[in-house]
Amino acid sequence: MLSCIAVSAQADIKIGMITTLSGGGSTLGIDVRDGFELALKQAGANDVELLIEDDARKPDVAKKIADKFVQKDKVDILTGIIWSNLAMAVVPAATRKGTLYISTNAGPSALAGKACHENYFNVAWQNDNLHEAMGSHANRAGYKKSFILAPNYPAGTDALKGYKRMYKGELAGELLTKLGQDDYAAEIAQIRASDADSIFFFLPGGMGIAFMKQYAQSGVNVPVMGPAFSFSQDILPAIGDAALGVVNSSQWGKDLEGDVNAKFVQGFTETYGRLPSLYASQGYDAANLILSAMAKADVSNKDAFRAALKEADFASVRGDFKFGNNNHPVQDIYVRKVVKEDGQITNRTVGIAIKDHQDAYASKCRMN
Amino acid sequence: MTAALIFEQILNGLQSGLALFLMAAGLTLVFGVMGLINLAHGSLYMVGAFCCAWVTQQTGSFWLGLGGGVSGAAAAGALIEMLVIRRLYDRDHLDQVLATFALILIFSEGTRMVFGSMPLYLNIPAALSGSLTLPGVEAYPVYRLFILGAALAVAVLLYILIAKTRLGMRIRAGESDREMIAALGVDIKTLYTIVFALGAAIAGLSGALVGALRSVQVGMGEPVLILAFVTIVIGGIGSIKGALIGSVLIGLVDTLGRIFLPVILKFFMENASANSVGAALSSMLIYLLMAGILAVKPKGLFNAAN
Amino acid sequence: MQRTDAVPQPATLPGLNRETIVNGMVVAALLALPLWAFSVGEDYYVNLASLITIFAIAGVGLNFAIGQGGMVSFGHAAFFGIGGYTTGVAAFHSFEETLFIAAPLAVSGTNQMLLIWVVAMALCGIAALAIGAISLRTEGVYFIMITLAFAQMIYYFAISWPAYGGEDGLSIYLRNQLPVMNADHPFTFFSVCFVLLLGVIFISAHLSGSRFGAALGAARMNETRLATSGINPFPVKLTGFVISAMITGLAGALFAELNGFVGPSMLSWHRSGEIMVFVILGGVGRLYGPVVGAALFVLLETYIGEWTEHWQLLLGFALLGVVLFARGGVVGLIAGKPRHD
Repeated sequence: MLSCIAVSAQADIKIGMITTLSGGGSTLGIDVRDGFELALKQAGANDVELLIEDDARKPDVAKKIADKFVQKDKVDILTGIIWSNLAMAVVPAATRKGTLYISTNAGPSALAGKACHENYFNVAWQNDNLHEAMGSHANRAGYKKSFILAPNYPAGTDALKGYKRMYKGELAGELLTKLGQDDYAAEIAQIRASDADSIFFFLPGGMGIAFMKQYAQSGVNVPVMGPAFSFSQDILPAIGDAALGVVNSSQWGKDLEGDVNAKFVQGFTETYGRLPSLYASQGYDAANLILSAMAKADVSNKDAFRAALKEADFASVRGDFKFGNNNHPVQDIYVRKVVKEDGQITNRTVGIAIKDHQDAYASKCRMN
Repeated sequence: MTAALIFEQILNGLQSGLALFLMAAGLTLVFGVMGLINLAHGSLYMVGAFCCAWVTQQTGSFWLGLGGGVSGAAAAGALIEMLVIRRLYDRDHLDQVLATFALILIFSEGTRMVFGSMPLYLNIPAALSGSLTLPGVEAYPVYRLFILGAALAVAVLLYILIAKTRLGMRIRAGESDREMIAALGVDIKTLYTIVFALGAAIAGLSGALVGALRSVQVGMGEPVLILAFVTIVIGGIGSIKGALIGSVLIGLVDTLGRIFLPVILKFFMENASANSVGAALSSMLIYLLMAGILAVKPKGLFNAAN
Repeated sequence: MQRTDAVPQPATLPGLNRETIVNGMVVAALLALPLWAFSVGEDYYVNLASLITIFAIAGVGLNFAIGQGGMVSFGHAAFFGIGGYTTGVAAFHSFEETLFIAAPLAVSGTNQMLLIWVVAMALCGIAALAIGAISLRTEGVYFIMITLAFAQMIYYFAISWPAYGGEDGLSIYLRNQLPVMNADHPFTFFSVCFVLLLGVIFISAHLSGSRFGAALGAARMNETRLATSGINPFPVKLTGFVISAMITGLAGALFAELNGFVGPSMLSWHRSGEIMVFVILGGVGRLYGPVVGAALFVLLETYIGEWTEHWQLLLGFALLGVVLFARGGVVGLIAGKPRHD
């Protein structure tokens, strides 16, 4: 889909957004897009031209759109990709050829470490962050025997690695499930048979919905925790009451204090008629980051613009925000609990899991 | 690993296999009678789940929702049969694959336009929630036993329908000689529409029942479609009995494989690689099973023609 | 370039019938687009033409199996992906300067495209030999489904095997090299793909016209008759399947170069479906059918995708329309019935 926000013939900056708007996982892309557009609208930015196209969650389609945006439309900045595998298909080539990329969701470890690049900025998180936060929370909660599971693909094994990096107890069990699996009877039986005192899982999208519903029926009562991806506002309604009480980690919550967050949550709810998810907050922050850099430098001056981006001099919905040496966030990560508020199932922030957290790969990045 | 746990995992395998049978039954029925490969069968499964979720949400009753899911899928099935599928019976498999592949695209995007992108809420009814103590199993979810029972009931009903009723007689006659039965004055067009709608209704039932336990979202039908194809190919295409045995076989191999392969591999390698190799192997296991069976029996275990 | 089982038909001009004219126009158009784009400096359209050309090569491969041998493979993504991964893995080791196999004999990566193509095709040939040996014992729907199963097996393997990126895939940071030419230049790369496309079409036509092609065609139409004439159909079909896989594998290797990236999505069953779509859209058994099919598919996907996020719906209707109302594909629609009917 091609939509243009700015109508002025001579926009100051051209942004190409590649995101997932159709098929499975499209709620994430739609939230990123809507959050991004909301920020532009609220800022009254009429000097930004935003091109949006659907990648259908296919790496080669994303790559094709990226090429079009760069080679034909001559965009200054690319953004919007949701999935790590799509990011890996697009980002390394694009940043090497001089296009700026602002990541609104995916943060694969390669791009944070050895393959970091001055043209790549991640405004969301490095993939391991939320899992690390959960591991750190588990220590504080006094868990000694966690049962951990995730799908057998890079983001899944990274999630387990992230958890274990912080978690100090022992493991009651560790399972790698099939990507896209939607029946967890066998895994839940293994959990019951173990002597686990807690469960950590990373099962994004439909996998998490299925797991939570089946877990609620199983009669197992071990506390469950996971990253926000399985408890974000776009899928909580589909899980229903089965999610109540689950603890999850996120760099953002809709009840975080601050005017910027209040303005974002209110504006989003009014404009789109639904509550924002963390993905929407990431889209919103990405747009504001770009706007802040535009106020300081002209995008045609790449070095100055890059420096302006790196300063991250914008009001983030999550409060303090700064980039580390590898252009990934150094930020607080919160613990949230799933609750029912006015009949709606949503998250309430209950504490901080980890403060000023930087990812584990930053030291491998040669930038400073 | 105790004997009780192994028993429970076998029960889990059986249950997931029977859930798969619901999907495979309609697919194999349609192929057996009309000789049609229907890739859009997974879309009908999705339609069933979405209709069930929607009706349940409107009326507050899961049972009405279940009815809505079955009839919604049957109606969608009858509609596409009359508009599209009917033109494909005398085409080769290649055209059937492409046309029904196109139907998947249409159904997925159409469903998203109607219901939005968010997964829908559909939970199991209060009467069937919670778990039971079974001999040897500490707690087993009631709803899973319900799916198990429903699948067995469908198997029995299908058997009675095909073996004992007038409609079944016509279906069997249609399988063996299309021209002859038409010459005898049976309205073959209507018969085919009925059979296709019946297959769609079972797919819808499966989507609604299983959707309540898993997640109701666009694209939910694709993984289960491929599994269902593997099932009917193993069992012998067109054979309901083959589909039943094939699905149980797949359920058992898949469930036991993914739990016990890593455990077994730990005798040979360190923990971490046993986990990842075990997971990788178990995700390929059913396809290996299928290749193995077809290598020995190229027409599946119970070919309907035999 | 007609098939051997073709019955000569009165043509207005000797050797020049409607299909030949259509074919000529298709090739001219495929060449004209990037030439124009190159002259005005629009790299994007040059790359789009390369994509069409590469997909067309994949289609020519599958078309050989389906059109000539009657083997409806729903698993050609396996070969497309193996070709792609050969490129990716070779480039990965070359870039990282590590060995692919350390012992017993040292095999290092390479950035030489020609060598990669040979290896990619060889690997696809071996894979097709194994898959075909089992699959060709079956026929009809069983064949469709068993080829699908093999492709799924490789797909899940690629997703869960961490060494080469798993689901994240592998980036090819620097395009591999060709002797003399600068393969990184979009138009040079297109020209290479274009020549390869003409090459595989020529080979495919030549094989179809050979004794082997005649035997394969006979196996498609009547295996028993072929067997009674003293030829065992199995090795004939297996050879056809292997050749088909090698052509599709070459396309996969080029696709990886074009995208600078390989990943399991190259192996997914949707990809197998898409390759099938190229063949059917254009017209099964038509020599240039896959070229037309690939071009239509890429243009539909690209341009409907620009208008609306509901592009998959329209794509679905377009495909359905072709199957229901344009039997024989688009080439069939324009050029009329093939001469052998």
